[in-house]
Amino acid sequence: MKKFVVILLLAVMGYYISAIFFDIGFGNSHLVEGISPVKDAYLEETVNTLSVANTVTSIVVNFRGFDTLGEVTVLFLAVTALGSILYKKRHQAGDRSVLFSASKIVTSGSKLLFPAIVLLGAYVFIHGHLSPGGGFQGGVIIATGFLLMLLAYENFTVGHNALSVIESLAGITFAGVGMWGLIYGGSFLENFLPVGTLNDLFSGGVIPIIYIAVGFKVAAELTGVIYTVLHEKG
Amino acid sequence: MEDTLFKLLDYGIYGTAVLVILVGLYGALVKRSLLKIVISLSVIDSGINLLLVAIGYLKGGTAPIFSPGYLENPKVMVDPIPQALVLTAIVIGFGVTAVALSLVIRLYRHHHTLHIDEIKNLKW
Repeated sequence: MKKFVVILLLAVMGYYISAIFFDIGFGNSHLVEGISPVKDAYLEETVNTLSVANTVTSIVVNFRGFDTLGEVTVLFLAVTALGSILYKKRHQAGDRSVLFSASKIVTSGSKLLFPAIVLLGAYVFIHGHLSPGGGFQGGVIIATGFLLMLLAYENFTVGHNALSVIESLAGITFAGVGMWGLIYGGSFLENFLPVGTLNDLFSGGVIPIIYIAVGFKVAAELTGVIYTVLHEKG
Repeated sequence: MEDTLFKLLDYGIYGTAVLVILVGLYGALVKRSLLKIVISLSVIDSGINLLLVAIGYLKGGTAPIFSPGYLENPKVMVDPIPQALVLTAIVIGFGVTAVALSLVIRLYRHHHTLHIDEIKNLKW
């Protein structure tokens, strides 16, 4: 009975949400061009003033850089909350409650794959301003590498202090670059370095620096989350 | 022919996104296991992200990246703003899911059950 009421309510809701979006239409340009010239402004500014190839990166790090600083803070808060909710006592390495031991294939294969995964993650966040990807994506890729190692080896440990140091240094780098922009350029996160030529690795001023810092920060935070949850013990 | 296909894609994309949101809402409303409720919240997240990215699509548009060969025409690029927004939303969604799951683990340790009818403290 309850299920039918819920399905009925959701059907009505779904009808009205769909009606709104079918009204907007898919893939026509009136939303993009007619109403808001913001898209064109962002695209032009990205190529001409910042010489960054990836517009999404330039929006995330430059135009909405302050927003990204807040986002990174939210991630940090989430990790801190997770640690404080699950905290009981420091366990010895290999002292886990949820996992079974991995087979020979997993242990050998993950040892082979781990450097390649970390390399791919580093590539993704270093080239964040040139190709799809960026700090968040690269950080997640690196954290999956650590997840693989933690699943494969029972005595694989990640230093909690090292994670904290990396995370704090990356956060300080982000905020410090922003403050430097405030001193030299006049506003927070202002671009104070030469922008270089489009599609070069060293282009875009402070954007690659900030995204590399974000990559380190996200990698350290997600590895911390995985480590905390795996070593949680009731 | 092409127009019909595109129309189909149109209904398909928005329909799928709304359907994913509704499936998530259904799970959050009907399921009684805390773990399933958290999974449902994350499914709602995915649906909303799909919807936002679909709004920014431009017919025949390319990715908003100025690679060599795509330098000259920013007019045919899809809207990068929803993509940047969704990047933020994914990260926030991850944080919410992580904290919710840790609370679920804590509740399980305390009550030895995940069924919300049996956890009396959750009722008001």
